[in-house]
Amino acid sequence: MSTIALVGNPNSGKTTLFNALTGSNQHVGNWPGVTVEKKEGKIKYKNKEYNVVDLPGTYSLGAYSEDEVVARDFILKGNPDVVINVVDATNIERNLYLTTQLLEMGTKVILALNMMDEALAKDIQIDLENLSKNLGIPVVATVASKRQGLDDLLTEAIAYLDKSPSLNSINYGENIGKELNNIKNLLNGSTFDYPTDWITIKLLEGDKEVIKHVREKTSPNTKDKLVNIEELSSIYELEIIDKRYDFIGDVVKNSIVRPKESKESLTDKIDKIVTHKIWGLPIFALVMFAVFQLTFAIGEEVFGGLVADFIEGLGERIFILLESIGAPDLLTSFIVEGIFGGVGAVFEFIPLIVVLYFFIGILEDTGYMARAAYVMDGIMRKLGLHGKTFISMIVGFGCNVPGVMATRTLDNKKDRMIAILINPFMSCGARLPIYLVFIAAFFPNHGGLILFGLYALGVIMALIVGKLFSKTLFKGESSDFIMELPPYRLPSFRSVMRNMWDKVWDFLHRAGTMIFVVVSLLWILSILPYGVEPYSQESILGRIGTLIAPIFAPAGFGTWQASVSLFAGIAAKEAVVAILGMVYAGVSEGTELVAALQQVFTPLTAMSFMIMVLFYTPCAATLATVKKEMNSTKWAVFMALYTFFIGWISAVLVYQIGTLLGF
Amino acid sequence: MKNVALTNLKPEEVGTIKEFTNGCGARRRLCELGLNKGTEIKMIKNDIGPIILSISGHKLAIGKGLASKIIVEK
Repeated sequence: MSTIALVGNPNSGKTTLFNALTGSNQHVGNWPGVTVEKKEGKIKYKNKEYNVVDLPGTYSLGAYSEDEVVARDFILKGNPDVVINVVDATNIERNLYLTTQLLEMGTKVILALNMMDEALAKDIQIDLENLSKNLGIPVVATVASKRQGLDDLLTEAIAYLDKSPSLNSINYGENIGKELNNIKNLLNGSTFDYPTDWITIKLLEGDKEVIKHVREKTSPNTKDKLVNIEELSSIYELEIIDKRYDFIGDVVKNSIVRPKESKESLTDKIDKIVTHKIWGLPIFALVMFAVFQLTFAIGEEVFGGLVADFIEGLGERIFILLESIGAPDLLTSFIVEGIFGGVGAVFEFIPLIVVLYFFIGILEDTGYMARAAYVMDGIMRKLGLHGKTFISMIVGFGCNVPGVMATRTLDNKKDRMIAILINPFMSCGARLPIYLVFIAAFFPNHGGLILFGLYALGVIMALIVGKLFSKTLFKGESSDFIMELPPYRLPSFRSVMRNMWDKVWDFLHRAGTMIFVVVSLLWILSILPYGVEPYSQESILGRIGTLIAPIFAPAGFGTWQASVSLFAGIAAKEAVVAILGMVYAGVSEGTELVAALQQVFTPLTAMSFMIMVLFYTPCAATLATVKKEMNSTKWAVFMALYTFFIGWISAVLVYQIGTLLGF
Repeated sequence: MKNVALTNLKPEEVGTIKEFTNGCGARRRLCELGLNKGTEIKMIKNDIGPIILSISGHKLAIGKGLASKIIVEK
């Protein structure tokens, strides 16, 4: 099967094109760095199947961030049969910088000139034929969001599979040309994983990854001479960039005409308000506050009861059915208490999660999130953090796994390490049900406020800890802030729904697998040793809980049930509510979890429990991602321990101070 | 026509980039985002926080430290 790879700048509509081509459920955001790993999909065209790979959006193909390395390694080592370079038609000059690097790689490239409708609206005239001639590659106009030009693009791409490209090469000038020849002679006789022409240029540019690769592959004699080349790179690196831009200048000279002065766009008007030096931050706070209030109002008050009633009703009916057919008690207990009491308790919160993701999806797709990172940069910088850290933090609101991966857009190692370590304080969607059940039990009239408060507290803790890390563990300067502010776009209904559905599907998937397994395991522990009263303190589950419980006594929730649920939460945060549901409720007794909690917790211990949940050890999936991204088990263990400590100490403080104040 | 640091440009003022006094790494990143010698820019916002520029209608936010090392002709 032939492989087609998509590369392009962030915000060029690459992921939209990928979705339009493959019809898959990839989420599209309107900010830099949405595709953090490559994504694959399949398309069928004229009875043949093709593999389509969406690579991370990058401005360049150097070795300066993880994204760039992922993209270029796939192009050079993954051997895609043809590369579609997605280019924003309203911003061709800058987008072509990436194209020049694709040409240097000698790959088969097709230019998809995307967002042609926006270019037309802006009176930008583009001569496709000249552009294609000047670049030496096919150029196809597309509007991915309206599915226009996709057929042309595919026809062109597939026709290109069998042709050998006659790429136009960049003229680097006499000096660089001479050096390139020298290097080529030097490398003669060695074989590399990458094309030699490309290696030659990258060596002169001082690309660290390539230098390492060449050192591994060449003879000691050549290695000595490589040192000289590395010195040359400081002279030629910038000149090579200039030559690429000269090439771009020649390419666009007779193919693009821009109107002289553009009038103030709607984006400009909105930006004047939302990036305002005084109003920017309060507006951001207000937006987030509104999101949580609305989530609570719509998700809980409008839809909340529906699903809960449905699950409860279904549970009761199945209980009656099982009784009537004389099913063994053990099976009935498992299904009613384990499945419905446990997994069912998690399902009840789906409406809230759906609504939260709906709003976050809208914020992402409009382009507002990039402004949020911008207005937060001032505060972040004072704390020794990079403004872009905030993007990974907002992604963490959804789930910490993509949150940790989103730190890849930070190209300074220090910035990235801190961003990863503080990400778990961003309260993920899986923790939401826990707050909701406690809010329903103790603070039903202040739900939105408490929810917003918890999320805000998570952000504040992340910032404090980030500051601490930048003062102690990771000293050094944070790299400069450079970020594109993409134009505002009306979110497409399809994209927002797709994002929402993605998250719900993910949630259901986890509920059906991970949480099901955890719940089943704990259910088994709850009925063993055989003959013991299920869910009693004498069961193995109860004994484990009793063993841990004293740790949480100073925080006010030193019960074995709460301890076991927190313990299970390290496997998956959804399991906390599932376990609470199992041990406290169970549909058969007809008691609601909420009512049961009111018996065991007080408003104060509910608060300290929620604080614990907010801060303590992230789930296993997050820890595994941290291990992978930081390439170190040590840091993953460190994260597990230090977050637990912070969670515990905060919960204890809340409880002790609260008790002193007489709550 | 005179050469000034980018941070001296007021909102709505336009200029052409003349020179970079940044280090190599920063210079490269600026180039990748479309800022190069000869690029025409318009200042959009220059008060607190990173400045915001427009390059043929596309907005770029750049930290003050970095921007102060970019020389433009206005």
